[in-house]
Amino acid sequence: MALLELRDLRKTYTTPDGGVVTVVDVPSFDLDAKRQVALSGASGSGKTTLLHLIAGILAPDAGTVRLDGVDLAGLGEAGRDRIRATKVGYIFQTFNLLQGYTCVENVLLGMSFGPGPDRAWAESLLHRVGLGDRLRHYPRQLSTGQQQRVAVARALANRPKLVLADEPTGNLDHRSSRESLKLIREACREFEAALLLVSHDREVLGEFEHREDLLTLNRASHAREVGA
Amino acid sequence: MVRKSLRQHLLSTIITACSIALAGGLLMAVWVVKEQSQRAFTGVNAGFDAVLGARGSKLQLVLNTIFHLEESPGNIRPEDYDLIRSNAAVKVAIPIALGDNYLGYRIVGTTTNLFSEVEFETGRRFDMAAGRVFDPGLREAVVGSFVAGRLGLRPGDTFQPYHGLLFNPEDQHEERYVVVGVMKPSNTPVDRVIWIPLQGVQLMAGHDPKAAGDLSGVLLKFKDTSPLTARQLDLMYNKQGNRLTFAWPIAQIVSQLFNKIAWVDRVLALVAYLVAVVATGSILVSIYNSMKERRRDIAILRALGARRRTIFSAIVLEAVAIAAIGMVLAFAVHVTILTAVAVVVRSQTGVVLDPWAPNAVMLWAPLGMIALAALAGLVPAWKAYRTPVAENLAPVS
Repeated sequence: MALLELRDLRKTYTTPDGGVVTVVDVPSFDLDAKRQVALSGASGSGKTTLLHLIAGILAPDAGTVRLDGVDLAGLGEAGRDRIRATKVGYIFQTFNLLQGYTCVENVLLGMSFGPGPDRAWAESLLHRVGLGDRLRHYPRQLSTGQQQRVAVARALANRPKLVLADEPTGNLDHRSSRESLKLIREACREFEAALLLVSHDREVLGEFEHREDLLTLNRASHAREVGA
Repeated sequence: MVRKSLRQHLLSTIITACSIALAGGLLMAVWVVKEQSQRAFTGVNAGFDAVLGARGSKLQLVLNTIFHLEESPGNIRPEDYDLIRSNAAVKVAIPIALGDNYLGYRIVGTTTNLFSEVEFETGRRFDMAAGRVFDPGLREAVVGSFVAGRLGLRPGDTFQPYHGLLFNPEDQHEERYVVVGVMKPSNTPVDRVIWIPLQGVQLMAGHDPKAAGDLSGVLLKFKDTSPLTARQLDLMYNKQGNRLTFAWPIAQIVSQLFNKIAWVDRVLALVAYLVAVVATGSILVSIYNSMKERRRDIAILRALGARRRTIFSAIVLEAVAIAAIGMVLAFAVHVTILTAVAVVVRSQTGVVLDPWAPNAVMLWAPLGMIALAALAGLVPAWKAYRTPVAENLAPVS
């Protein structure tokens, strides 16, 4: 059984003028445990919405999101929060670190709502991503690449089964981008987490053996593409 | 999370906590001053059950003879003193005569049985901390502990009284008195008085020689504490007679004073309640106004798995924490206000207020303020609860 199964997943938005826009319409998608898959998609292809649906941040209008045997669509918001806190790690394009918290506190926060804070584990993760000497630094005191590494450590803090990465290299220069991608992939392998990464960067996508094109996967983006 | 948020919004936390401290401190101080002063004034009778004085207001008579405040309502004749002293129900009758001061502190003439027979509390008499009681035939004085402290008078010092109850440097008597004793503190109005022999006041140069035997009042202690005796005297002096006033019971008469000024308490309490409401309102405003800048943080926390109710609770807890910090500071404000009030009350009346004495308000005021703060926190907490996660994370692509 796949770790992640999407079936007839659909998400629509109502526009200010009352119209209904379908953003996600995925008939079927599977991701096996420990596998690393890259989703390619241009801006506006619905990739962030898709990741939000998988993470349970958004509830679908129709269809199922089955993660580790649990259908998120059948859970209430609190249930989805619980799944997100225990089984999903999320790496954002803009890192989304809390500015008032140090590196180690940001990582501890990643555990707070799931297994509970474990300072030793948080510090070992930061050592693993090369920030052992920056534990008590605040995000503003770090370079962009270093902030990205904190975000990686935080995403792995609750020992997730699935890591979602939304344009993780989008804000990095070329060199940092390569290093960051390598780190994310290695860390996911090391901690046996599946990785679903979305990017529009061909070079990033080229690193993955398994790739999916959102234009094909998401009928909504395909329809918009055709409509355009 | 709450601690971090308080630190991140340090300035508004400090300002809001200070306003809570001011409100809470004011509320507790108003309450404690009201209760302590009422208890102290109605409880302080300096060991006496009643006062006999000239016809007039009972309250004025009590304030004048027990608390050494106010003007005397008039004098009574020596025969009146002899009559009441010989009454079978009277255990102790202490005559007092006043009309002079030393640097603003009242000089009261009395007899030595004030020191030998009166217990101002069970088993406690007006004892000397230094020296001895005055000789009734000499120009000697015993100084109350508060006056001694303020004027630095010690046994062996001398002074010349001033005429009248108010200090006027031009009205100095020629008689010179020697301080022979300094009293131990009794925490009663007696501490604020300079005591001299009765005849000292009566025969002071410049006083009316025709009124030389007159007294300002007689302080009475009954043998029997049952109200029957006092009721008989009340009937005799107040109902049947028309020349003298029998002030009894002292506590009830003093409570009239508090009834008359009860509106002041109510106004002060109202002001304190209003300040409390405004202060808790400031918690609401300060947290609510910061919600816009917190939306991203809330969305991140939610994305990490925080439940809505966790965020909601954190905001309410933050309001509670600000109130709790404020109420800890409020105790300092309370003690400061009460210490200042206690100094004034003691110097004006001799009654002692204790800034450190526990009071029920010290429990219900902090709990009430924290409950109000929690209520105030519900509004921003509800806003936080409803913060949409996806919209406030990174821009949707």
